[in-house]
Amino acid sequence: MSVIIVLLIASISVASLFLAAFIWSVKSGQFEDDYSPSSRILFDDKPSDPDHTL
Amino acid sequence: MNKEMITGVQLQCCHCGEDCATDKIRYDDKIFCCEGCRMVYQLINKNNLCNYYSLNEKPGINQRVEVRKDKFAFLDNEKIQEKLISYRDENQLRATFYLPQMHCSSCLYLLENLHKIDKGIISCKVNFTRKEVDVVIDLSSSNLRKAAELLASIGYEPYISLNDLNEKRAPIDRSMIFQLGVAGFCFGNIMLMSFPEYLGVDASEEGLRSIFRWANMFLALPVLLYSSLPFYQSSWKSLKHKFLNIDAPIALAIIITFIRSAYEVISGTGGGYFDSMTGIVFFMLAGRLIQDKTYRQLSFERDYTSYFPLAVSVLKQGKEIPTTLPDIKAGDTMLIHHEELIPADGILSKGKAFIDYSFVTGESLPVLKEVGEIVYAGGKQTEGNIEIFVIKEVAQSYLTKLWDQQEMKSAEQKKGISFVHLLSRYFTYMVFAIATITAIYWLLHDRSHLWPAVTSVFIIACPCALLLSNTFTNGNILRILGRNHFYLRSPATIEDIAKIDHIVFDKTGTLTSAHEQEITYCGEELDELQHSEVAALAERSTHPLSKALSKHLGKTKMEVEHFKETTGKGIEAYINDTFIKIGSADFVGANINDEQNDTRVYVKADKKIMGYFRFSNHYRNAVVPLMKELRRQYQLSVVSGDNASEKNNLRKMLGETPAILFNQKPEDKLEYIKRLQKKGQRVMMIGDGLNDAGALKQSDVGIAVAEQTNNFTPACDAIIEAKQLKCLAQFIRVCKANKNIIIASFVLSILYNIIGLAFAVQGNLSPLVAAVLMPSSSLSILLITFGSSTLLAKWMKLS
Repeated sequence: MSVIIVLLIASISVASLFLAAFIWSVKSGQFEDDYSPSSRILFDDKPSDPDHTL
Repeated sequence: MNKEMITGVQLQCCHCGEDCATDKIRYDDKIFCCEGCRMVYQLINKNNLCNYYSLNEKPGINQRVEVRKDKFAFLDNEKIQEKLISYRDENQLRATFYLPQMHCSSCLYLLENLHKIDKGIISCKVNFTRKEVDVVIDLSSSNLRKAAELLASIGYEPYISLNDLNEKRAPIDRSMIFQLGVAGFCFGNIMLMSFPEYLGVDASEEGLRSIFRWANMFLALPVLLYSSLPFYQSSWKSLKHKFLNIDAPIALAIIITFIRSAYEVISGTGGGYFDSMTGIVFFMLAGRLIQDKTYRQLSFERDYTSYFPLAVSVLKQGKEIPTTLPDIKAGDTMLIHHEELIPADGILSKGKAFIDYSFVTGESLPVLKEVGEIVYAGGKQTEGNIEIFVIKEVAQSYLTKLWDQQEMKSAEQKKGISFVHLLSRYFTYMVFAIATITAIYWLLHDRSHLWPAVTSVFIIACPCALLLSNTFTNGNILRILGRNHFYLRSPATIEDIAKIDHIVFDKTGTLTSAHEQEITYCGEELDELQHSEVAALAERSTHPLSKALSKHLGKTKMEVEHFKETTGKGIEAYINDTFIKIGSADFVGANINDEQNDTRVYVKADKKIMGYFRFSNHYRNAVVPLMKELRRQYQLSVVSGDNASEKNNLRKMLGETPAILFNQKPEDKLEYIKRLQKKGQRVMMIGDGLNDAGALKQSDVGIAVAEQTNNFTPACDAIIEAKQLKCLAQFIRVCKANKNIIIASFVLSILYNIIGLAFAVQGNLSPLVAAVLMPSSSLSILLITFGSSTLLAKWMKLS
């Protein structure tokens, strides 16, 4: 029986991790622009990254 | 000559893909249409960014029209800078520009590599959906103005309007997505942990069952306290207005379900209905989200500030000083450059004004104004520079004053109440009735069953099915219409469209095309050679009339020598040793005997006046069949700001019944709509220019016609692409079908409800029954709404 409780805690914590990941991804604006990232990955040279400059 | 014409067609500019007049502008064995394109190519080539050309075919933006040198001088002004900059410190600043020209992955590539072209740019990040770039500028070697000029020099001229002076846009509200995420998380986990409840556990493991139940209750808390917030808020708002909307019974059901379930868990009598409750909240939130999908690239809220520039040059002691529009006072003299918008009413004091009022009226042919005449704000100067003595400030101008009128502000309250709310009200009364009967029955027979039975009735009978069918159908219909380039502002517009009975059209720019003219030639017949000579001459000028004429006459390839353009009058050149002059009557020296109401371009070959081209409105092809179809079901009217010269033409197209009004000022149009509404009619207004803005807002449904969706449209309820105007009748029919689909799926969901109620009134609604009923009713509603609206679109031959 106690095994099930451990499993329960484990499964909910994993699920919460995914929920946190989802909220983070929405907050960071990943769903804002669905065109640029898919094209950007095809460019040969590395494009600028504003996160490293500010 | 024929052969040359064929090769002429093949000569396309390597940068922008437009046809080249000559093959003389070359670089690296590549041909360009103009010096501007070649310079951009050189710049890109020098910086090793030629990927730009390999990602897409000829992605460049045509550079034939140069950007004026000091156009962005106003960006040196500290006060203006403050409004545009999002972050700054001693070394760098960050600003966002709107670049409407952005259209493909090449643009993305070039813009994100901007730092390679200019060291003053630290980084540049594109948001493609919003067509914006976020630029970080190094202040030691560049500034805001230089960055804007750099963007303009490679073809992406930032669009900076008066609207940018206003408060910053509110950040996008994402709470609904988070609420949905939380509800989904809780719903999934509760479902999983409800298995012991569904399947039963051995008596020896009774302790385990209660652990699962308590865990479920804690997982349901976030749904109750956070995810369901929109339902509480909306029902509270509606109750404050003494109106029962659909969210009120839903909020009640959520709360009752939770209390009853919590009671069961705490008292150890059962497992509750947490799974059903969280599931229904999840589905309803998903439906709301689908329905509220917005077209981020479109704006339905535009007023004049998004059309007007942020600053213009004001002449003070002979010097040009960039001044923001609110700072312009009566008595100032504005210098309006070529292709600039006139922001305030004034008197023309210098130069010749050729004003394109297409923003305002939809009429694309420019109007000539001489010194001393009054010019109204909203027009665009098309030929050379002019000076205007301001007589009214920007906010006081004829056009802008329209926005401050009372009816414009109170327009929001006109919308009716959706039938969904009315339906849900009847539904709620019924539920209360059933609950009362159940209560009375159990009160008389067995009191222990009273509370379980009554609460089960509320749980089962929440009108969530109605809400689901409504939101999912609306969402799907918005999507279908959007795919067909008819964009609605909100789901409520669907119902408004279904209810209309009178359609009012604007003429210029709506029924007629703003970019095409009907051109007829009157006079002595031109032979083939003369014909192509005139065509070659017309091709050289960028004047709207020349461009239209050139398009009408077709392409030729002839040497044009000694080309000369006289602003506001006409053009002349030697072609094949013939001296050709085209332009206004006094330019070529023609006598005008008859009175002119129309626009004419005269042709003179050597010394002889051959005749003239007459320009008139070009009606969109779809107008006649559309009118024929709409006439059967709706009353039609046409209101036009023009004179009555087109009356007979219109009458022929519209038939006998529709009202046709001419010489209508913007406020007349608005008054006309109001009069119709007073008669109890529900009016749809279809227009395009700023002069229709008042009428568009006043009407029950205002639809703006746009040649391209990234063009500017006045504030409205819906935007339709001009080429899709022909489908308007179908679109209206789809909107009407919306209600039937919702009702059909609602009826089906009532069947489920009746089954559920049969269990509920007896007081033995088991969690398993609830868990089966809830998802199956939701899923079948989804299937029906999506399936039938998609089928409907197919049947209407919409894509």
